[in-house]
Amino acid sequence: MDLAATILVDGLIYAGWLFIVSVGLTLVFGVLNILNIAHGSLYAIGAYASASLVGAYFASGGDAFPYGSYAALILAAVLVALVLGPLLERGLLRFFYGRDEVLNVLVTYAVFLILEDVMKLIWGVNPYFVYEPYTLLGDVEIGPLFYVGYDFAVIAAAIIVGLVVWLTLNHTQIGKVVLAVIHDSEMSQTMGVNVQRVYLGAFMAGAFLAALGGALTAPMISVTPGLGVNVIIVAFAVVIIGGLGSIPGAAIGALMVGISRAASVHLLPEAELFIIYFVMAIVLLFRPEGLFAKTQARKI
Amino acid sequence: MQSNLIISAIVALVALAAGAVILPDWAMFLFAMALAKGLVCLGIVGMMRGGVVSFGQGLYYCLGAYTATLVANNFGISDIFLLTFLSALVCLLVGIAFGPLLSNYRGIFFAMLSLALSMVLYGSLSKMSFIGGTDGLNIAAPTFLGWAPEGRPLQAALYIYVVTISVIAGTLMRIYFDSERGLLTLATRDNELRVEYLGASVRNIMTYNYVFGAVLGGIGGTIAALALGHVDPEFAFWTTSGEFVFVAILAGYLSVPAVFVSAIILELVRSFSNLYFPNTWQLALGIFLLAVIIALPNGLGSLVRRWKGNKA
Amino acid sequence: MSTGVLEVRDVQKSFGAVTAAKDISVTVPEGAVYSLIGTNGAGKTTFVNMVTGYIKPDSGQINFRDRNIIGMAPRQITRMGIHRSFQIAQLCNELTVEENMLVADAIHGATGPSFLRNAHDKDARARAIATLERFNIAEHRDRLIPELSGGVKKLLDIAMAMAGDTQIMLLDEPTSGVAADEKFPIMDLVMDALRSAGVTVIFVEHDMDIVTRYSERVLAFYDGRIIADDAPDEVLSDSEVQRYVTGAPA
Repeated sequence: MDLAATILVDGLIYAGWLFIVSVGLTLVFGVLNILNIAHGSLYAIGAYASASLVGAYFASGGDAFPYGSYAALILAAVLVALVLGPLLERGLLRFFYGRDEVLNVLVTYAVFLILEDVMKLIWGVNPYFVYEPYTLLGDVEIGPLFYVGYDFAVIAAAIIVGLVVWLTLNHTQIGKVVLAVIHDSEMSQTMGVNVQRVYLGAFMAGAFLAALGGALTAPMISVTPGLGVNVIIVAFAVVIIGGLGSIPGAAIGALMVGISRAASVHLLPEAELFIIYFVMAIVLLFRPEGLFAKTQARKI
Repeated sequence: MQSNLIISAIVALVALAAGAVILPDWAMFLFAMALAKGLVCLGIVGMMRGGVVSFGQGLYYCLGAYTATLVANNFGISDIFLLTFLSALVCLLVGIAFGPLLSNYRGIFFAMLSLALSMVLYGSLSKMSFIGGTDGLNIAAPTFLGWAPEGRPLQAALYIYVVTISVIAGTLMRIYFDSERGLLTLATRDNELRVEYLGASVRNIMTYNYVFGAVLGGIGGTIAALALGHVDPEFAFWTTSGEFVFVAILAGYLSVPAVFVSAIILELVRSFSNLYFPNTWQLALGIFLLAVIIALPNGLGSLVRRWKGNKA
Repeated sequence: MSTGVLEVRDVQKSFGAVTAAKDISVTVPEGAVYSLIGTNGAGKTTFVNMVTGYIKPDSGQINFRDRNIIGMAPRQITRMGIHRSFQIAQLCNELTVEENMLVADAIHGATGPSFLRNAHDKDARARAIATLERFNIAEHRDRLIPELSGGVKKLLDIAMAMAGDTQIMLLDEPTSGVAADEKFPIMDLVMDALRSAGVTVIFVEHDMDIVTRYSERVLAFYDGRIIADDAPDEVLSDSEVQRYVTGAPA
């Protein structure tokens, strides 16, 4: 019983973090039709940026009001989105719209390689530690188990992100336009939608979510080079499981991956990496386009 | 046409083999590694002709390398021919197991599912401490039908071996690409519905291409392991597979020699940027990759075809 | 047991609430030329798709030479000798006309497609060009598909379907997308080729002049049902057909 509860809680924590990253990835794919490997770099840059900003906050007398460091975390993600979003989308990706999907994966792979070294140039190769925000919220006691309060804040953040994305897409004018573009960008263009702006907006939102995932993780780990490599590959698994471009799919996918990974960590540690792709392979076996993808028969 | 192909193959073989005399040690090693990886990429090109790209060819590269290493270390087999054969056989069997499954998928799903399989191998090997875990394993220098060279002769022998295998594999794949089956593969890339309604099985076509890719991957991995003297799970990591895809895209699917040329170009770019920009070689590689994608959307092979077209 | 090369018995098919085929029963004798008429959505293409295995009926039987073919994949049905053409010609756009034909020939060659035999082998090319000549499109052999006129595309589509041992040919709107003055010459060419090969023909058509000129028997579809099954003149003068299909007295 305790084990089951542990697995559930650990799984939820991991799923929350994973959802934030994956929902950005799936949003970008849904709108731009590009599966963005550089999403992992944006995540890593978010982590570095937040480590720097939080560090700077405490260095400039933030101890007086330590909770301000949370604003620094989010500000870091916003900055990453504002700087890199337009740079990558306007400067590069827009030239590849409508090209082969797999070729576009390679384009973003090139960006990923470039950003890996750019991070080393900016932040060096030594690890960054910013543990203050992590300890600030104290511990939470669930039955016999203790959890760090911050972990639950991540779950809360994931729920808020999910709700905001869902409400924006389904209950606002902007959301309707975005959904129209996801459905058929050519048609939307002829209907007078400024597709270019939707693409830019969606990419910046995706970049923000990637960076937010990184920023929220930074206090929990040591921020070192190579952070983005594994994240992107797990996030890929999540969005493929859920169905590319599907927001609810990203949520379900994150939960499935999160909980099965937690189960593996506690029951069969050797399979920790294995299990994620195993779940993905099983899902694709039965639902070749993922759980929430719309399948359409070809008319002949 | 067929005799032209044989003549080109012999010329390529002789020209490349001359490298065993001319090339300095470092270049011979670089070329051997490039050709070994070129074999893996040739398999991807075979799939690309059918419209799918495997982002997980590291699976077979790694499987081949580990098969050779484990056989060499546990059974004392050091003969390069036998090691290559056994690795190819293992990859053939694994390819036959996964091929029919993957042949139902296209585009991004095929790419990601093949990637997932390679990451499963990566994850498993990393955790298996009894075969070295993330540190991997060493493999002793190979022998050649009883001959056990050392130093420069060993390097030269290994180099000539990979040159020979590459030329043979390249020639066979060219024959296959030009065959009726090869044409069907191109037709499948273009219009699957048409192919099915002509009475051919698209799945069958895709499966064969996948299995050929698996065998080529295994052979490439074996040779790379022997050249390096070491294997580790990184052989199956997605960035390794990413480089293979890059070479395949750089080459395009029109020309077989272009695949090996591209592999050599990538190795050269990598070692020179490693030498001159030791901290930013990934950056250099990324910029090079982007430049290639933008300048040559149909790959290096399209230059050859364009040039031929102008001449005609 | 039966006399028809193709026997369709009580076939039903619905997509959700839409009935695409209701109590469809037809017997097509060997060597006959049938045409299918009806408005869009009446069930003509569904009929073609069911016979060729693209859509599986909910119930009923489709027998080809007394063998039930329901549940078989399109390629298996094709291999048995039931071929089809498409409303929008299905061709390989990156290949030339001759290469498209070579693809069809390679699949239906005596030994099946080979891993070694060169696809552009002299004999294979001669065979392909002979077929292209039969359909009067050999002059386009080196052109890519997107450069061709609608009529040439249709002819190539049908020529490819004739590569095997074709026994029944289903033509889905053979003259759609074809210039008006090309329609009759193309139909003449196609029907001559099919008749001389002794092929049973079933074609879907909207142009009633073509229906009366080329078919021996007409099946009129309305709302997933066959409302008339008779000689062209009889069907076209049927009041129900006039009301639901042709829209005016013939």
